[in-house]
Amino acid sequence: MFTSLFYGLRREGVNVSLIEWLTLMEALQRGLANSSLISFYFLARSLLIKSESQYDAYDRAFLEIFKDIETPPEIIAEALKWLEHSAPARLMEQEDKRPDLNWDLDELKRKLAERLAQQTEEHHGGGNWVGTGGTSPFGHSGYNPAGVRIGGESLNRSAVKVAAERHYRDFRTDETLTTRQFEMALRKLRLLSTSVDGERDVLDLDATVDATGRNAGMLELVWDRERKNKIKLILLMDSGGSMNAYQRLCSQLFNAANKSTHFHDLQFYFFHNCWYETIYNDPYCSDRNSISTYDFLRQYGYDYRLIIVGDASMAASEILMPYGALSWWATNEEPGQKWMQRLAGHFEHSVWLNPIPEKYWGMVEGSYTISLVREVFPMFELTIDGLNAAVKKLKVKK
Amino acid sequence: MENNKAYLGSEKYIASDELISSVNVAASLNRPLLIKGEPGTGKTMLALSVAENLKMKLIIWNIKSTTKAQDGLYVYDTVQRLYDSQFGEGDVRDIKQYIKLGKLGDAFTSEERVVLLIDEIDKADIEFPNDLLWELDQMNFYIPETGEIVTAKRRPIVVITSNAEKELPDAFLRRCVFHYIAFPDQEMMKQIIKVHYPELENNLVRAAVNAFYSIRSLPGIQKKPSTSELLDWVQALAIGGIDPHLIEKEMPMPGVLLKKDNDMEIWKRKFGGGAADARAAAKKNITGYWRS
Repeated sequence: MFTSLFYGLRREGVNVSLIEWLTLMEALQRGLANSSLISFYFLARSLLIKSESQYDAYDRAFLEIFKDIETPPEIIAEALKWLEHSAPARLMEQEDKRPDLNWDLDELKRKLAERLAQQTEEHHGGGNWVGTGGTSPFGHSGYNPAGVRIGGESLNRSAVKVAAERHYRDFRTDETLTTRQFEMALRKLRLLSTSVDGERDVLDLDATVDATGRNAGMLELVWDRERKNKIKLILLMDSGGSMNAYQRLCSQLFNAANKSTHFHDLQFYFFHNCWYETIYNDPYCSDRNSISTYDFLRQYGYDYRLIIVGDASMAASEILMPYGALSWWATNEEPGQKWMQRLAGHFEHSVWLNPIPEKYWGMVEGSYTISLVREVFPMFELTIDGLNAAVKKLKVKK
Repeated sequence: MENNKAYLGSEKYIASDELISSVNVAASLNRPLLIKGEPGTGKTMLALSVAENLKMKLIIWNIKSTTKAQDGLYVYDTVQRLYDSQFGEGDVRDIKQYIKLGKLGDAFTSEERVVLLIDEIDKADIEFPNDLLWELDQMNFYIPETGEIVTAKRRPIVVITSNAEKELPDAFLRRCVFHYIAFPDQEMMKQIIKVHYPELENNLVRAAVNAFYSIRSLPGIQKKPSTSELLDWVQALAIGGIDPHLIEKEMPMPGVLLKKDNDMEIWKRKFGGGAADARAAAKKNITGYWRS
C-alpha cells in the first residue's frame, strides 16, 4: 500500500528504510490514520522522516503522489470569479470549531453543483452561497466544519493543503546557513579531538575504584589518556571585490568560528583573490598589518587545519603569471599557483570553501580559476552539506 | 490503544494537532518519540504535559556531557561493597543490594505505565544513543553481576528531546517517531500567552507579539528571542504599565529579549535612536569579518 510514496521519498533523497515502512504499515493497520488524508500525512511524516531538513522533501514527494486528490478543477474555474473580491478572512478559535464528521462527499458535491446552477453573482459572508468569509460549505476564508475550499488560502486547515504550502522549505540542508548552523557544523570538528595517541598518564579514578572493588579490595590502578581538543584551525578568508555578494554568509562563518571555544588554537587571516608573499591580519588587506607568507608557514606547524574561504573567481593571470597580482604594487615573482601549492604542501589538512553553489562552478565567470584552484585544494560549497563534507575531509590526511 | 486513553494536550500547554497525533502514535506503537525544535519551543514541557494529561508518573533523565548509557540502567556500587567487606557490615555476598537501578531501570520496574523523559540526548557522547538501542527497542536489559534480566512491566512512553547539537545515529533514528516543533506562529503565540497570563489585555498582547516577531526577523540577529523570553517580556511590560501603543515603536526593555551585545547593537541601531553610539561600538568591535 502506498509503495509509490516509499519510492517517491527515496527519489527525493530520503533514505527511508524497511523498518520505518513496516512501522507505518503497523500504524495504518491499527487505524492510527483515522482514514483521513491529513492524519495520514502527519502519521507518515512522523514515522518516515527523521529530520526537519527532510520535511520539504517529504512535502514534495507527498504532493507528487497525492496531488490529484483535490477539489475538481472545473468547479474552481466557474466559481473563482465570484471569489476574487473577498470578505475579510474568518478565523476561528480552536474550541469554536465543531468538526462535523457526519458529512458525505457526494452529497456535498451535489449541493455544490446545485448552488452553482442557481447562483449568478458574488456573495460574501453568508451561509449559503459560494463566497468568502462566511459559513457556507463552499468558498474560501470562511469556516464550515465540512466544506469545500475553492481557491484562496487555507486558514482554518479544514482542507488538505498542508503539503502544498511547504512550510519547511527553509530547513533544507542544501540551503545556505545561519550562524548557529555554522557553529553546529564546526562543532563536528571536535570529533577528531578525542586523542587516541599519547601517554596513558592520567589516573582514571572511577575505573580504579571499580577495578579495586572487583579485585576484592586489593588496589589496582587504571590509567587513561588525557582527553583534550587538539584541533588547531586557521581560517583564511578572501575579502573584498567579488566576495562582496557573500559578505553576510562569510560574516556568519566568521562569527561562528570566533564563538567556538573548543579549538586548541584558532587564527584568522585574510587575502584578496589569491595570496603571494604576504598574508593579511585583517580584512582591510593593508601591508601595514600583514605577515610574510614564509613567516606564516614557519609560525604554524603542519598539524594546523587550514580552511580557505573564497569564491576563487579572478583573472587567470592572478594565479598563473608572475607579477600577476591584482594589486598595482604587487611584486610577486612567483605565480599565485606556486603559493597555493606551497600552503597545500605545508598543511596536512586543508579545504577550500566556496560560497558559490557547486552546481554553478562550471558556469560562472570564474569557472576557469575555480578549476585551477580545485587542482590544488579540495573544494566544497559553503552550505551545511558542504561544510560537513569539508569537516569530514579535514579529519583525514590528503 | 494500550491504556485506552489518548493524549489531548493540557491546559497549560498548547500543542498543535500534529504534535498531539505524534504523541499518540508513539504511545500506541510503543516507540520512543524524538522531539526536536528551536530552544524555547517547549520540548521538555511536552513530557510534563503528557504525564499530567494521562495521569502518569514522570521520570526525568537529564543527560549531561558525561552521562553514559549504563548510568540509566543500573549502577553497581562497588565502593560500598568494598567498605562493607572491610568493616564486615551487611551481607557482602548478596550483590543484589549493591545494584542501584538508574532512571531507565526505574521506568521499567514501575508497576504503572510511566512517561520517561530523556532530556537533551544530544548533550551526551556521540555513541550514547546507540548504546541504548536494544534497551529502548526490547525494553529489557541484563545485569551480568546478578544474572538478572530487568524487563519492563508496562512499556513506558519514552519522550526524547534533542537540540540538534550532535547528529543522532541513523539506527537510532529509525526506531523513533520524530516530530519537529516549529516555532509557533503569531496566532499560536497569542494563545500561549493567554494560557500563561489570562488576565492580560488583548492589545498589549497583540502589540508585544508583533514587536517580538519583528525583532526575530531583524537581519543579523544571532540569538533570536524564544517563547520563554517573550513570556517574561510580556509580564515585564504589564508590570511596568507600558502603553501598548508605544511597544511596537520603542521596544522598551530589550534586555529581557536580547542576550547578546551584538544583538543589542542591532536593536539600538533600529529602535534606540543612538546611531552614533552604534557606530562607536562598531569601531571598537574590530573583530568583525567585514570592513564597514
